[in-house]
Amino acid sequence: MKTLKELEEIRQRTLEEVNLRKDRKGTRVVVGMATCGISAGARPVLLAFVEEVKKRNLQHVTVTQTGCIGVCRLEPIVEVYMPGQEKVTYVNMTPEKVQRVVAEHLVNGQIVKEFTIGAVEKKD
Amino acid sequence: MQDLSLHLLDLVQNSIAAEANLIEISIEEDEKKDWLSIVVDDNGKGMDEETIEKAVDPFYTTRTTRKVGLGLPLFRATAQRCGGDLRIQSIVGRGTRIQIELQLKHIDRPPFGRMEDTIVSLILCNAEIDFVYSHKTNYGEFILDTREVRKIIGELPINNTEVIAWIQSYIREGLNEINGGVL
Repeated sequence: MKTLKELEEIRQRTLEEVNLRKDRKGTRVVVGMATCGISAGARPVLLAFVEEVKKRNLQHVTVTQTGCIGVCRLEPIVEVYMPGQEKVTYVNMTPEKVQRVVAEHLVNGQIVKEFTIGAVEKKD
Repeated sequence: MQDLSLHLLDLVQNSIAAEANLIEISIEEDEKKDWLSIVVDDNGKGMDEETIEKAVDPFYTTRTTRKVGLGLPLFRATAQRCGGDLRIQSIVGRGTRIQIELQLKHIDRPPFGRMEDTIVSLILCNAEIDFVYSHKTNYGEFILDTREVRKIIGELPINNTEVIAWIQSYIREGLNEINGGVL
């Protein structure tokens, strides 16, 4: 059973790491969470990002949401903002694709081109 | 929407857009009366009468990226399909209450789905908002209040992944206790 005491332990264990990253410029992962996104499966995509970021201890990455990005038919849509780089938009995302985006893009800096809006729109 | 937890995630986006900083989600299941009530209360900017009327119209939305707003109409359709309805009360400057009631054992009632995922998604992406989630059944009551969590974690952000993982399991276990493991 999860107890409040565990929460206290998390605080003590994690606080130091958090203070370290405060002034570092980080990567932002933004998931579209309007009606279109949610019904297309944005929630599992969002939580898959959180899970991967936690597993790999990527202190510089924050995961957050936005509303409708405007291309509802391509939801779930994820935007990745890395300092000094242009925004990358991934479309038709799934939790499986998230693993590759985290490993290849967030960790190794290589955009997963085949999942981007540019590649998908060309194919259609 | 596949389940009630996704409807809720969608519904609460309205409270977030209304700039609420306290959002309360209260669910009451009553097996004996065969009734389910879901209430979302927020302290956002509220709506006037005219806007309330339009809110359940699928061709009304405040957003500019598209012309339709399906969140409330979809949830209302689900409630009506299950012998219930969706009601809106709101006071400008004070907040909004959305109440959904429906028959608990109606054949068309969607399952709850992963409530813990909905709640942590909301907390994760809206760290500045406090959430109170209470869920009552004939077997007990579960409450999560992010204000209480914040008291314990102090200066650690509530959207820290370790904290989020804790909250997720805490909700899952709490709901299992009041449901005998069945949702």
